Amino acid sequence: MRASVNRSLLDGADQVLHRRRQRRSTARAVLYHVGVGLFGLLMLYPVMWLFASALKGPGEVWTNVTSLIPQAWRWENFSDGWRGFGGITFATFYKNSFIYAGGATLISVTASAFVAYGFARVRFRGKAFWFAVMMLTIMLPEQVLLIPQYIIFARLGWLNTFYPLLLPHMAGSVFFILLIVQFIRGIPRELDEAAVIDGANQFALFGRVILPQLTPALITAAIFSFYWTWEDFLQPLIYLTDPRMYTVSVALRSFADPGGVTNWGAVFAMLALSLVPVFVIFVFFQRYIVDGIATSGLK
Amino acid sequence: MDHTDPVTTDLAGRRVDAAGETTAARVTDGTRLAGRARRRDRAREDGASAGRRNDLAGYLFISPWLVGFFLFGLIPMGISLFLAFTDYDILGDWSWIGLDNFERMFTRDIRFRSSVIATFRYVALSVPLRLLFALAIAMLLNTRRRGVYWYRAAYYIPSVLGASVAVAIMWRQLFGSQGVINAVTAMLGLPRTSWLGNPDTAIWTLVILALWQFGSPMLIFLAGLRQIPRELYEASEIDGASYWSQFLRITLPLLTPIIFFNLIMQTISGFKVFTQAFLITGGAPLDTTLFYSLYLYQRAFESFQMGYAAAVAWVLLAIIAVLTFFSFRLSSYWVFYETDVK
Repeated sequence: MRASVNRSLLDGADQVLHRRRQRRSTARAVLYHVGVGLFGLLMLYPVMWLFASALKGPGEVWTNVTSLIPQAWRWENFSDGWRGFGGITFATFYKNSFIYAGGATLISVTASAFVAYGFARVRFRGKAFWFAVMMLTIMLPEQVLLIPQYIIFARLGWLNTFYPLLLPHMAGSVFFILLIVQFIRGIPRELDEAAVIDGANQFALFGRVILPQLTPALITAAIFSFYWTWEDFLQPLIYLTDPRMYTVSVALRSFADPGGVTNWGAVFAMLALSLVPVFVIFVFFQRYIVDGIATSGLK
Repeated sequence: MDHTDPVTTDLAGRRVDAAGETTAARVTDGTRLAGRARRRDRAREDGASAGRRNDLAGYLFISPWLVGFFLFGLIPMGISLFLAFTDYDILGDWSWIGLDNFERMFTRDIRFRSSVIATFRYVALSVPLRLLFALAIAMLLNTRRRGVYWYRAAYYIPSVLGASVAVAIMWRQLFGSQGVINAVTAMLGLPRTSWLGNPDTAIWTLVILALWQFGSPMLIFLAGLRQIPRELYEASEIDGASYWSQFLRITLPLLTPIIFFNLIMQTISGFKVFTQAFLITGGAPLDTTLFYSLYLYQRAFESFQMGYAAAVAWVLLAIIAVLTFFSFRLSSYWVFYETDVK
């Protein structure tokens, strides 16, 4: 009898406690979402401001400056901006950017996959040494290589061509190599062994067993490679001096020259447009990006 | 992806580990490193029949990197080292001038000094703030609440866009005389300021831009936080530990390898920053934002003093090497590896 009273008392107290805790946790959840959400919006404000400014009229850009909603939606900013400068439209700049980003990505990711397989699965003399050398090159600032590379490429007559931008990518990227090495190490060796028993050599092993399983790692590497080259500014700036060869990033610099801009709406439209490929990839492949950074410390 | 977690553990340890080895190798000898790595290789491949040595296949597979490293890395570095002792400009002839470039840099070139000061200020301000910010947000997002996935994405967006020319120009206009920042301060009744033209504030516009892009270290911290065993928190909760003491005694010590990794990577990238300073402030005012790479660019590609610029570049390499070396040396005092206990 006593015991049961006690138990029901305890149960009651428990329920009260539980309910109180639940209420407190709902309050906390609301607080959390309001806080984190508002702060997220604040983080995104500059981006939204850029896209809003892309639709504002030339007067409104600086008078209605903080607002995210244009008074009149001027879509013609995009067609005005697209006309570019010096008789060259943004179609040319986008074509050049896609050649650079697409070509570099294809070359870099392919090379990285080969190299990663060599480091991850093949045993050979000097492997540890070369791996250490490769790790050291992370520290190397590109500026040290910039000057001599420029001199070499200039001597070869390759200024205003894509060779200086594409050829160095044949070495792959240390970050992608590490990413893919990690990935290959996660693939069970039993598959390799089965293939070896079937008489496969290292190349067949790579092509038929490992490569088909690498897709997620290759997608991650491709996304980052595309981002880095699409947004790259320094290399195109020094190698591509003819406006006909400009990539989008170099063209935007001239287009947004503070002294020469008459229609800021059109400038913002072109700035915003240049971020659209980056956004589209982010939306569709967000998972790969997040996983890629988490596993390899990219960037 | 299910494999994410084990790979990350592996990685945080191994990445730092591998870089640590290379520094050690540079200081003492390569053989110890090679020996250690070889032993590790052997241990890993014991019992695997695929582990037979195949030098030809190995070198063929790594040949893209190896060839690229020689053609676009080692040979240019050799040329650059040679140039550092000449007065080469891209146009005419050159002569060997010995250490003149270095003497000029350290004794006569005031702008070089400004650029070193500006770069160190930028790194010293932006890296710790960015890591602190990244860790704070990562702690905030390290919950199982609904919607965290979206927050993580939203907070990462600035980092995806951040390196672009579009964002740099946008930033310049945000802080411009008619920009949003001035509009907001005007609303608050404060006077308009020339953020980019004032030597006291210009560098802060770039530091804030760096701070805004905290996404990558945040994601790495998040991955690290998820590695910490929940039992540790549960056990300490029973012992009556407060949130703060949990943070100081569990989270922070177990996170030190990742903090260290982020610190090294962010410092190196801080020293390399170019696009944003080039487009937003152009090094002005009074060279307070004349970052190292910006000055290098001006010397090499605006005044075409290639020899001098090569010398400047080598000093940058030396600075980064020395800083990395001391970071690794100091790391044994504060970075905690779980293997230390076992």
